[in-house]
Amino acid sequence: MSRAVTEETRKVDASRRRFLGTTAAAFGGLMVGFHIPYAHAADGGASAAATPEVNAWVVIKPDDTVVIRIARSEMGQGSLTGLAQLVAEELDCDWARVTTEYPTPGQNLARNRAWGNFSTGGSRGIRESHDYVRKGGAAARMMLVQAAANEWKVPVAECRAAASAITHQPSGRKTTYGKVAAAAASLTPPESVQLKDPKDWKIAGKRLARLDTVDKTTGAQVYGMDLKLPGMLNAAIRDCPVFGGKVKAFNAAEIEKRPGVKKVIQVGDSAVAVVADTWWRAKTALEALKVEWDDGPNAKVSSASIAETLKAGLDARDAAVGNRNGDAAAALATAARKVEAVYSYPYQNHATMETMNATARWTPERCEVWTPTQNGEAALAAAAEAAELPPSKCEVYKLHLGGGFGRRGAVHDWVRQAVAIAREMPGTPIKLIWSREEDMLHGRYHPITQCKLAAGLDDKGNITALQMRISGQSIIAGVFPQNIKDGKDPVVFQGLNPPGPEASIGYSFPNLLIDHAMRNPPVPPGFWRGVNLNQNTIYLECFLDEVAHATQQDPLELRRKLMADHPKHLAVLNAAAERAGWDKPLPKGVYRGVAQTMGFGSYVAAVAEVSVSDEGALKIHRIVAATDPGHALNPQQIEAQVEGSFVYGLSAALYGECTVKEGRMEQENFNTYQVMRMDEMPAVETVIVPSGGFWGGVGEPTIAVAAPAVLNAIFAATGKRIRDLPLKNHSLKRA
Amino acid sequence: MATLNVNGTVREFEAEPDTPLLWVLREQLGLTGTKYGCGIAQCGACTVHIDGETVRTCVRPVSTVTAEQKIVTIEGLSGNGSHPLQKAWVALDVPQCGFCQSGMIMAAAALLKEKPQPTDADINQSITNICRCGTYNRVRAAIKAAAQGGNTRNAGLAIQHADGSTT
Repeated sequence: MSRAVTEETRKVDASRRRFLGTTAAAFGGLMVGFHIPYAHAADGGASAAATPEVNAWVVIKPDDTVVIRIARSEMGQGSLTGLAQLVAEELDCDWARVTTEYPTPGQNLARNRAWGNFSTGGSRGIRESHDYVRKGGAAARMMLVQAAANEWKVPVAECRAAASAITHQPSGRKTTYGKVAAAAASLTPPESVQLKDPKDWKIAGKRLARLDTVDKTTGAQVYGMDLKLPGMLNAAIRDCPVFGGKVKAFNAAEIEKRPGVKKVIQVGDSAVAVVADTWWRAKTALEALKVEWDDGPNAKVSSASIAETLKAGLDARDAAVGNRNGDAAAALATAARKVEAVYSYPYQNHATMETMNATARWTPERCEVWTPTQNGEAALAAAAEAAELPPSKCEVYKLHLGGGFGRRGAVHDWVRQAVAIAREMPGTPIKLIWSREEDMLHGRYHPITQCKLAAGLDDKGNITALQMRISGQSIIAGVFPQNIKDGKDPVVFQGLNPPGPEASIGYSFPNLLIDHAMRNPPVPPGFWRGVNLNQNTIYLECFLDEVAHATQQDPLELRRKLMADHPKHLAVLNAAAERAGWDKPLPKGVYRGVAQTMGFGSYVAAVAEVSVSDEGALKIHRIVAATDPGHALNPQQIEAQVEGSFVYGLSAALYGECTVKEGRMEQENFNTYQVMRMDEMPAVETVIVPSGGFWGGVGEPTIAVAAPAVLNAIFAATGKRIRDLPLKNHSLKRA
Repeated sequence: MATLNVNGTVREFEAEPDTPLLWVLREQLGLTGTKYGCGIAQCGACTVHIDGETVRTCVRPVSTVTAEQKIVTIEGLSGNGSHPLQKAWVALDVPQCGFCQSGMIMAAAALLKEKPQPTDADINQSITNICRCGTYNRVRAAIKAAAQGGNTRNAGLAIQHADGSTT
């Protein structure tokens, strides 16, 4: 038992006591007037409010329903269920009686962050909260058992808990959690808790069904876009399509005469919104609105001009070093032979199925926002700032997300807009929905980079030096500029870092230099599922394939030689190769490619099998993807995430590209921003090889190996080396 | 006041004639299970049945739907989640974020009506809906399971449900 744990439980205790006085008011207020669609909440409308919590994480109702509080957001990745499994495991409750609810960011603020971090990105939902949520479950169990022992006036050591029941072993007396929960709630939390050994898990580690599936099959699941509040109006918005442009003038008076239109509002200096009784009327009125724009300083920016800027960075003198050993320049200068290549990666939009939206109600005293967000606390901060009210006078109610992928995490631009609009009509709830076009034109795009690679080889074909110069955009510079230190964005080197627990390179080279020349075009970047691991893995894994080809080595064997000091990377690579049958012959016309990397705490590798017709039609037949996330909390959901990551990664590889013309994005909808559909989806075999001892994420890492495995297989099939994406820009037709 | 026949009930509404059926369903009739994803009939999140045929409602003016035509939305597919596809979807934990799933299920329901034993090619041709989370393989498995009378074993997922069953 560490001191930190004890302090944590004390903190929870102190804040719990503070909270008991206000909890009914907070939850009661929430439940009045409309149904807050908690992820899997409220049996028949009875809220957890009626029952005192055992602790911040656990409420047990008299009927033995277990309400587990989940701080992180559910956006499809399944961590709502995974986190509930962790609490339930330590709670020893009946899994069939488990429901969940979200505490609000405002409650977290009021309770000294009893639920910790709300941020749901970077595949961190489980890997960064497993410890304290399990302790929450364990502490609640101990309090429940203690309450039963007190009631029976027997030593607590004689009592055992299992499946929400407590048994006094010597006498055989039994009670349930629901019967002692009220008494347990008044006990002092334990000073220390002992977590179970994972080998004893009964709920965690199992292939359990998700808790949030049924409503998604009947239309009952309420997403942000579906929210309806009494007296609510709807808003559509158009921000200047040119990045950095401003509103000059618009014909509000004429548009305000249209049916259903209530108000035309300028939002900030760059956007105009129409508020109407229905969203359709707001949207069509907005389309009829004539807006005169000042296109600002970026009106001449294009994909070509951005590419030139980045290209210059490939040879620039100044660059921030991410990983270095030996003297790569000297070794390259004396190398018997060199292999060189330049790669690039384009802008891409998250394109969540549900476009950005938020509902806001503002008065001079209070601001409330209902929105799908990956980070309730960041949404609250954005709302408070836009409302010009202290956070304690604001609240955010998290609604289910129709996809997140990083777009709904760091920057809450749509929340700020919704609050700005609501301020123009105090007291009226206003739901702002972005059209797909608005969503495509105002993304927080996957950053654009180029990469120049050079490998020095000795006369036997061994790599003596590797140099990687990345030139291009820093997400951190765009989103959290305060975190740039000495001109360096540490996140830009994901998958290329020196050996360590996060995003480390899986190879050793006698001489190595990886650096970054930061070049930030005027296009807002964002964290895009997989983040910088995506392009870095393409750069390194495709380039190593080039070296293997140039030196007539098997790509798998070349990697293995470089991985002797990276056993976890190597084990996962071997697991993928073995399942794929790397040494076995393939059907005629089918070719393999391989890639591996490490990021978001997990080790991953993939083998792709593809064929390319004479006409150049690509078919991806099979993907074998291995992953070592340390602990596998719910293997069937890991499989779902890995499969999904290939849809995301292969959509990006095949089609994903946002191009800039005259300072704005050219793609406005799915007709020009294509994504993978059912007919292109390969079979995906997921190999989970949890080696224990650490917790890695699973939502993102395998995205990064999707494109390079397929690109390397395409090279094997065609001899064509694709160095810039997407594939739609290239012909694979046989020459 | 115009009327539509939705999920077996005659519903009155007021909207401009060129309003897409999607927004009448969502905003006038409160049926929000049908989703807006693109507005140009690309993604299929807005799919419903009109007289048994799939229609992408985001581009279908409400004035082109007669009062007699029978509209079925996800809310009316079974009324209680008992359609074989809904059961297969739950058994195999198909949805991730779930936003596209109403449209997926409605497209699949129309397919099974026309072809009770669809091949992979049939599924590829009929299910052109976009899913960004990447549920395609489980969607395929669930369609096949429903076509096989609810046999979920072939999917090989071994999902443990709270009622003790494994699918």
